[in-house]
Amino acid sequence: MTTTATTAKKPRASSATATTTYREAMRQAMSEAMRADERVFLMGEDVGRYGGAFGVSLGMLEEFGPERIRDTPLSESAFTGAGIGAALAGMRPIVEIMTVNFSLLALDQILNNAATLLHMSGGQLPVPLVIRMTTGAGRQLAAQHSHSLEGWYAHIPGIRVLAPATIEDARHMLAPALADPDPVIIFEHGSLYNLSGPSAEDAGPADLTSAAVRREGRDISLITYGGCLPKALDAAEQLAEAGISAEVLDLRTLRPLHQDAITATVARTHRAVVVDEAWRTGSLAAEISARIMENAFYELDAPVERVCSAEVPIPYAHHMEQAALPQVEDIVAAVHRAVD
Amino acid sequence: MSPHRTRTDGHAPALRHRGELLYGMLRIRRFEERCVELYSASVIRGFVHLYIGEEAVAVGVNQALTEDDAVVATYREHGHALARGIPAEAVMAEMYGKASGCSRGRGGSMHMFDASRRFYGGSAIVGGGLPLAAGLALADRMRGQPRVTCCFFGDGAFAEGEFHETANLAALWRLPLLLVCENNLYAMGTALKREHAQTDLALRAASYGMASWPVDGMDVLAVEHAARQAAESIRAGAGPHFLELRTYRYRAHSMYDPDRYRTKEEIAEWKARDPIDALARQLRDDGEVDDEALAALERRAANEVAGAVRAAERAPEEPADELLRFVTSPVTPTRAAR
Repeated sequence: MTTTATTAKKPRASSATATTTYREAMRQAMSEAMRADERVFLMGEDVGRYGGAFGVSLGMLEEFGPERIRDTPLSESAFTGAGIGAALAGMRPIVEIMTVNFSLLALDQILNNAATLLHMSGGQLPVPLVIRMTTGAGRQLAAQHSHSLEGWYAHIPGIRVLAPATIEDARHMLAPALADPDPVIIFEHGSLYNLSGPSAEDAGPADLTSAAVRREGRDISLITYGGCLPKALDAAEQLAEAGISAEVLDLRTLRPLHQDAITATVARTHRAVVVDEAWRTGSLAAEISARIMENAFYELDAPVERVCSAEVPIPYAHHMEQAALPQVEDIVAAVHRAVD
Repeated sequence: MSPHRTRTDGHAPALRHRGELLYGMLRIRRFEERCVELYSASVIRGFVHLYIGEEAVAVGVNQALTEDDAVVATYREHGHALARGIPAEAVMAEMYGKASGCSRGRGGSMHMFDASRRFYGGSAIVGGGLPLAAGLALADRMRGQPRVTCCFFGDGAFAEGEFHETANLAALWRLPLLLVCENNLYAMGTALKREHAQTDLALRAASYGMASWPVDGMDVLAVEHAARQAAESIRAGAGPHFLELRTYRYRAHSMYDPDRYRTKEEIAEWKARDPIDALARQLRDDGEVDDEALAALERRAANEVAGAVRAAERAPEEPADELLRFVTSPVTPTRAAR
């Protein structure tokens, strides 16, 4: 098992490298899994004829048919629970919950069945289920459609929580997630679907245990995940112009957290800013901050900074929404507080 | 599935079918009566929900199921677990919190599991087992296996969204699902008429487009007949069926319940229709059993329960350093990958 964060490699320009989007990468991952294993099927609201609310499964109905690309009623608890039952019976379901906001209607099934059955049954009932859902704010969808609840799910023992933030992770995290005998939740930030770039088709399954250093640096660590990764990278670019070398750590797996990678980056830079789109109180940012205190306290040259969303239901108006969310300038300001 | 047999069976005269049903109910009752004593003695703790009075439902429905079928039950599931064939020793040891319990002491009274018998619990969130049962049935449907998933739940669960979501989904996809509603007239302490605008549950279930009818849950033969009819039809591809089993629990909701919400007269009326007494009377009238045979059944049940208690007392506890076992599977391919 790798104990240090992997350093992101620039995908090599080769015949197996194609330009794609995050959305297409996820679709390719699902299609590949379904071709490889007839136990795999996709189930969720509007995944079939509509092509997925975010277009992720567009065209899959035509290839795999309605039995395996299964449109469901708007019954999040029932179809998520049905995914759990089908997994118990030996299938490998991918349940798509349209957004994290609606996953609250299935939270009982996820927490009390999927995450719990293996332990509560004394090891008899593993649940090899993958749940995908869109998360995050930034598209003026107002309070009920803008939640970032990855931290809630990362609180739960018994499930693995993934936050692919790159095209490569969107493409290659699904196969090992499906191979995991336990439930895996994949959070896809809505702002990432149109991310475009090269994808190495032959990269092989992603490692689901390691965080990744997306940019190396000496002066401060920006620790983040999901939709905030592009913002952290932009901030690092701006900071470089100001002569501050920021390292960017992409957590990738939110449960279990890759403690060694968090400790290692802080040991290199001695300062940290945690960037998390969730509300600050009781957040993953809080957990990471506490872990730095527990594991790397004597490495720190400054208090850990956190850049999170304002503690408010996310508003509709563009300027109000942007004021509520972590911004590049907020990250830069936090870095200056830590460094100056 | 035939009732569980103990070692003493070898010496007992072979019981005919109705006698086996009688024994199936009797052993559940005697088992649970012992649980009450053990609870009072603080040997068993946590929530314990007794099935006493409702035994005809689990025993009757199980007659229609094969080993390949699946069962999802509730937190009031000692009877379902025993009827499904989980050894009384494993059920009792679970309540003792011992390593030999059917959930290695991690579940207790409300969470009995046995993967080898396709017994999927033991669910203590009312209605929470229904979606899971639909998924088990979906897997069978997708693979073309002629199996039935049987889900037990109560009249309380009928008020949960999960019931209505699952009923619709199951009917829409014609899932091989047998929905067994144990209508014991109370959702914890709330009477049926105080929680449902329309108390005819079978009628409401029928509105989802599935075969649905009420059954006398105090008559084990009626239950068996209905369950066989439904299971046969499900195996033939007719989609989900709903049975409303009209039954009654004699004891309070749980050991904590002071039972203030119903009258002694009402309880006495239902006890007069006791499924065990009724079947014993019938067998006696038909000359199939006599006092001696009934006494032998009682001895057999007492032996089985005593054996379960002895085994549970002797069984080792799981070492506390195994606390974190089974939170995730021991070796996951993801950890092996690169």
